[in-house]
Amino acid sequence: MAGLAGLKDATAVVGIGQTAFAKQLPESEKTLACRAVLAALDDAGIAPSEVDALASYTMEETDEVELAKSIGAGDLTFFSKVGYGGGGSCATVAHLATAIATGQATVGVAWRSRKRGSGPRPWKNTTVQLPTPAQWTRPFGLLRPADEIAMLTRRYMHEYGATRDHLFNVALACRNRANQNPAAIMYERPLTREMYMTSRWISEPLCLFDNCLETDGALACVIVSKERARDCRRRPVYVHSAGQGLPAQHHGMVNYWNDDPLTGPAWTAARHLWKHADFAPGDVDVAQIYDAFTALIPLSLEGYGFCGRGEGGAFTEGGALEIGGRLPVNTSGGGLSEAYVHGFNLINEGVKQLRGTSTAQVPDAATCLVTAGEGVPTSALLLRS
Amino acid sequence: MLTPVVDDDGAPFWEYAARGELRIQACARQDCGELRFPPRPCCPHCQSFESEWRRMSGKGRIWSYVVPHPPLLPDYAEQAPYGVIVVELAEAPRIRLVGNLVSGPGAPLNSVPAERIRIGAKVQVVFGHGGQGGKGGHGRDGKDGGDGADDGGGAGPLPQWVLERP
Ligand SMILES: [Zn+2]
Repeated sequence: MAGLAGLKDATAVVGIGQTAFAKQLPESEKTLACRAVLAALDDAGIAPSEVDALASYTMEETDEVELAKSIGAGDLTFFSKVGYGGGGSCATVAHLATAIATGQATVGVAWRSRKRGSGPRPWKNTTVQLPTPAQWTRPFGLLRPADEIAMLTRRYMHEYGATRDHLFNVALACRNRANQNPAAIMYERPLTREMYMTSRWISEPLCLFDNCLETDGALACVIVSKERARDCRRRPVYVHSAGQGLPAQHHGMVNYWNDDPLTGPAWTAARHLWKHADFAPGDVDVAQIYDAFTALIPLSLEGYGFCGRGEGGAFTEGGALEIGGRLPVNTSGGGLSEAYVHGFNLINEGVKQLRGTSTAQVPDAATCLVTAGEGVPTSALLLRS
Repeated sequence: MLTPVVDDDGAPFWEYAARGELRIQACARQDCGELRFPPRPCCPHCQSFESEWRRMSGKGRIWSYVVPHPPLLPDYAEQAPYGVIVVELAEAPRIRLVGNLVSGPGAPLNSVPAERIRIGAKVQVVFGHGGQGGKGGHGRDGKDGGDGADDGGGAGPLPQWVLERP
């Protein structure tokens, strides 16, 4: 595409930082945000005063003014917040990459800080505005994200023969990786099929282990141009391709009103992602796939092109998602077993894999897909070393 | 129980529901006429702002369902586990309504055991003060309340569903 410079490898992640993860941390979200951001800048070897761009989620409670003045950022020339909860995770990096590639900024920091472990459950606030007005769903007792996604999961199982064992395969792969990761909340807690099959229901067909953790914690990463990246302390991890996805006639997590509700935002993000990439799904060494619920993984495997329509459940068989399998996923433990911080830990884990520093390292990993929440307007990144 | 927090687009649906009618918004342009749900200001097919509310037969099939268990809001936790269904309408399978399968109008959310719910089962709409038991109030802070059927202390009737062959 002559004349179109594009984003391909124009920017790189050069710093990552995180706080501890726990059910309850004593410090405020703002303090945790500052700690994660400063840790990421320190990792990059870049002074806070050089930061001129910030990006986060609309659900982030610490705004740019508070963060910038606390960490001692310089003059900001670009700041952006992305909506739709966990669907915005990768878009924070994508927005910074775009800003830096087009000269709007030079040093960008993306972050998410959240006390979801000790704080309130968002669904208990019944006045919050949802993408699709709640008048159509909530009076009937469809109250929580788990209920909304369980509805699609049941239909998916019905149409394509996916089973609870397939969902267990997802939960187990994440738990096995968490058991290798001392920072993971589930580090010392192995999972068995018996535990899974006898656990309590949250919203049938989803049980306790199909649901992500409730975590306090914060993470951040630093993005600069590829030229600047060469001078940084760590090996650059390039943003090879980035995309957002809001499909035609999509309705958010209650996507019940189009021809095929099971074809979600992942398909839209994926088409854009692969169109701008030099490699294909078969070339991906490791993937960090948004896992607020286990069922999002088979759906995303289909959406991002690792298998065909309806094959996502079967794809998980035979240890395919484990280290050494066809596509190792969520190698830090993911939202199911490391920490649920709206998917930001998946971004940082992607960077660790391509630096070769993961606690569950895929040998010679050179390409990584990172995805944001499927089932809501989403985003995704292809990273390469 | 949560009552519908009605917005401008949805108000006619609830006004018809209060009269025991299931009506769905449709494009009023003659050469279009597409049904759409949830309601919205203009037609995504032809961009016309003219709309009408078309009466439905109230027949449909269960497209999917879930069975929520606690933690839930208190009024729902009391009735849990209960089924929540998505019904695709006989006239327009892409128009799907979230609701509850009940034993009769106004019956509680758990009045049909969850084990009896099946994808594909034929259902018929009824209108009742669904599963409301006593008066609600939770979740109604009046913030976005339109002038729809839900104003005042009592909830307006909700569409509920009964099995065509119980
Ligand atoms: Zn029209």
